[in-house]
Amino acid sequence: MNAINRNEQNALTRAVLEIDVNNHAGVMSHVVGLFSRRSYNVEGILCLPVGDGQQSRIWLLVNEDLRLAQMMKQVAKLEDVIAIRRHNADHAVFQDLETFFRP
Amino acid sequence: MTETLTGAQITIRLLERQGIRTVAGIPGGAILPIYDALGQSTEIHHVLARHEQGAGFMAQGMARATGQPGVCLASSGPGATNLLTAIADAKLDSIPLVAITGQVPKAMIGTDAFQEVDTYGLSIPITKHNFLVSSAEELLEVIPRAFRIAASGRPGPVLVDIPKDVQTQAIEISDWPEPGHAQAVPAADPYLITEAATMINAAERPILYLGGGVVHSGASAAAIELAEKAGLPTVMTLMALGAMPVDHPLAMGMLGMHAARFTNLALDECDLLIAVGARFDDRATGKVAAFCPQAKIIHIDIDPAELDKIKTAHIGITADIGEALGQLLPAVQAHSRETWIARSNALKAQFPLDMTGADNPRSHFGLIGSVAAALDDEAIIATDVGQHQMWVAQAYPLRRPRQWLTSGGLGTMGFGVPAAIGAALAERQRTVVCFTGDGSIMMNIQELVTAAEENVNIKIVLMDNATLGLVHQQQTLFYGERLFASQFRSSPDFVKIAQGFGIAAIDLDASPNPAATLMEALAQPGPCLIHASIDAEQKVYPMVPPGAANRDMIGA
Repeated sequence: MNAINRNEQNALTRAVLEIDVNNHAGVMSHVVGLFSRRSYNVEGILCLPVGDGQQSRIWLLVNEDLRLAQMMKQVAKLEDVIAIRRHNADHAVFQDLETFFRP
Repeated sequence: MTETLTGAQITIRLLERQGIRTVAGIPGGAILPIYDALGQSTEIHHVLARHEQGAGFMAQGMARATGQPGVCLASSGPGATNLLTAIADAKLDSIPLVAITGQVPKAMIGTDAFQEVDTYGLSIPITKHNFLVSSAEELLEVIPRAFRIAASGRPGPVLVDIPKDVQTQAIEISDWPEPGHAQAVPAADPYLITEAATMINAAERPILYLGGGVVHSGASAAAIELAEKAGLPTVMTLMALGAMPVDHPLAMGMLGMHAARFTNLALDECDLLIAVGARFDDRATGKVAAFCPQAKIIHIDIDPAELDKIKTAHIGITADIGEALGQLLPAVQAHSRETWIARSNALKAQFPLDMTGADNPRSHFGLIGSVAAALDDEAIIATDVGQHQMWVAQAYPLRRPRQWLTSGGLGTMGFGVPAAIGAALAERQRTVVCFTGDGSIMMNIQELVTAAEENVNIKIVLMDNATLGLVHQQQTLFYGERLFASQFRSSPDFVKIAQGFGIAAIDLDASPNPAATLMEALAQPGPCLIHASIDAEQKVYPMVPPGAANRDMIGA
């Protein structure tokens, strides 16, 4: 995916995944490892604790891909994943972050 | 009553409470507190392997033979990395395993300490779940949970990495947690079961396709009952062999790369494929687009991620196989399906497996047949990986679930001997035969001395062709006969090696009556290596060339 230029990237359909997880060291590795071992690039990652800190929420921005349905099933199987939801690319969570990502 | 116990003592107590009576492992610096506690246990027998991979496969052998989680132990660093192959193997074949590794003390993690390796990170992609334990209290939750995860749903390996200071930390204990056991999964959707039954009732040429999940679920009898009631010719994956007796009238053998021709040809004609606890592995399907091209698909699996992964199912059902079949049985109509069964039988008669040489005990099929003739169905048959494995899968009359222990998904050479030792430790009353090759046995040959030490009842049948047989075969068939690195220029004297390790050994090559010599060796209790030379030019046939459709098999 690294070879894709900006214009091509804009043309790709994106999806946003919202993942509720138990908050402890290693959970992020479990989740992103599922993507990296399939050479499936994760374009954006956000993660913060939720509520009393027992749980966290991970937001992933990924390219739409035929494998996405399978990826979501694999994520859902992880022991520390409580729930996974899929949103369209226009979800607000990544949109307000642009000021932090200017070149 | 309140006791003060260390993390190590807690770990061992939890294993005892879990019902674990045999563990395999190798001690080392970072796991010595646990070994110290284990040495005080009167309930757990420790088997000292000679390589951690051997310990991992012994635990697998126990798990595969019994269906209960097996336990292996290793120290940090190289101890843990040596376990990884056995853990990955368990992941691919869905074998319940709990691996416990020592780790350097917490304060030294991340400092490149002596024998420190990121065991947690290394084991993420090859375990169902893994833990890095940070306190002795946490063990009370983690250990039962590890067993629960390993045994629940689709079984798999779980690794628990315990830093040395957690092992030595003493805490007060008054209450013990319940042991971890398999959790029930939700029942199959009755609507989908009805739909599936309707589809089965309406099918003209259905085939039942059994995978390892049938064995894991203990659902062999239910699967046979379904086949008999609905008139379903039945194929099995490598992992499902034994689920339906090979000589059952509806049994159509193993499908895929080294199937008999009739098996793959029947699949080519079927109009409904009922996949049960199978995952459409590439060695089973061949070129996926050409697999069962006319068939609708019903897919039942306990792991929802397997549905639609390779083939899109018309009906996909997430459920425990035994439970789903229990619902499906009364819903399907009794059907003799005479035309289709007659057609399957005609294919069987017209395109049988070529067993030329089966009457000669010095041939590969003859040797396998002679072993089978000397044993009953109570014996356990383990294999290593290679030509011998496929020949045994094709020719051994397997009739019982958990009779057959083989490394299917990962295809790990070196699996056979330690897995057979593990099975023999778990099922002392059985004879365990390990078919192996001269390539495979060398990959864990050190465990022969463990077999001697434990005096396990294993018979290692070594089919020696002085080559890496499947590599030799593929180079011959697909690489212009350019044989490279597949023929051993020097071979050890396996009989002397076995004797040197302290186990009995015989050479069938030197016997005037190999079948009789074999029978005598199999009847003696204790470990024995039986060496037999075979012809290196023999191929595993038929064969679907890698990437080809299953109907395009080559060879007899």
